[in-house]
Amino acid sequence: MNQELRDQLSRQGVLLTSVEELYNWGRKNSLWPLQFGLACCAIEMIAASMARFDMARFGAEVFRPSPRQADLLIVSGTVTKKMAPQVVRLYNQMPEPKYVIAMGACAICGGPFRDGYNVLRGIDLYLPVDVYIPGCPPRPEALLDGLIALQKKIAAQHLTGPERPRHLNADAPGEYPVPQFGDHDLVGPRLPAAQETSDAHS
Amino acid sequence: MNANAFMFLALYAAAAVLFALAPLAIAWLWARAFSPRKSGAVKNAIYECGLDAQPTGWVQFKSEYYLYGIIFLIFDVETIFLLPFAVACKGLPFAACLAMLIFLLLLVEGLAWAWAKGILAWK
Repeated sequence: MNQELRDQLSRQGVLLTSVEELYNWGRKNSLWPLQFGLACCAIEMIAASMARFDMARFGAEVFRPSPRQADLLIVSGTVTKKMAPQVVRLYNQMPEPKYVIAMGACAICGGPFRDGYNVLRGIDLYLPVDVYIPGCPPRPEALLDGLIALQKKIAAQHLTGPERPRHLNADAPGEYPVPQFGDHDLVGPRLPAAQETSDAHS
Repeated sequence: MNANAFMFLALYAAAAVLFALAPLAIAWLWARAFSPRKSGAVKNAIYECGLDAQPTGWVQFKSEYYLYGIIFLIFDVETIFLLPFAVACKGLPFAACLAMLIFLLLLVEGLAWAWAKGILAWK
């Protein structure tokens, strides 16, 4: 539809929309994050949800204590190798459509603890991350910025075609393989794209 | 009062139920039509805290627990019934007194049985 015509009509008090826009508008404004904190980034996440920064303004204040009721996993902090299977399992138990925000340097790539023997070098080795928020830790404003970036991403999705959201795509996997504890390290398949970068860095 | 007043209530109740059920039905139909099911072993797991449930919930409970149940009945529940009985004892008819005494007799029988079985001994 012609944007100019729509602007003209909206000035006259007539709001036009499409099913896709209405659907995405509902989706992007009702993100329910999982109440799940890993490290110091979680403190900033809590601050972002409280009165001073008030994540409720963006429709994402309903932190759910159960993955069955949440659709946004904010990986907030250092993911240790001990914790990685649990994070992946929690993601698998969330209903579709679901999104992942990697919050802070540790969740992105291991951060300052990258060379630690027990630290996972980024949650994107095992989960498809939608938005990366750099910082150590990121301020609550940065988390809000990441949330808005995710909302823009959702709003731009087409409901049909190859770029359609994962809950409408039968080929998108509902579960990702949970890493297992091996003799010295986590074993199990990693996401292909992430593996290349990880190997290049290590 | 005529029947029409209640008809309004019935219509109102039906509308309320429909109002609550319609969004659920639409969401269910929408999901059925457009969104493929993606269930799996991890997603359908019983435990939802990120950990595997262990051990299994199929464990045996000790059957001796019934002894504690009986003792509880004798010493605890009996007191609850005895207090109102004692308060109203003088005004009760003979049949009620007899019924209460039979009830007490049953409990005393249970106590004697438990005593004979040696449950009351401290081990």
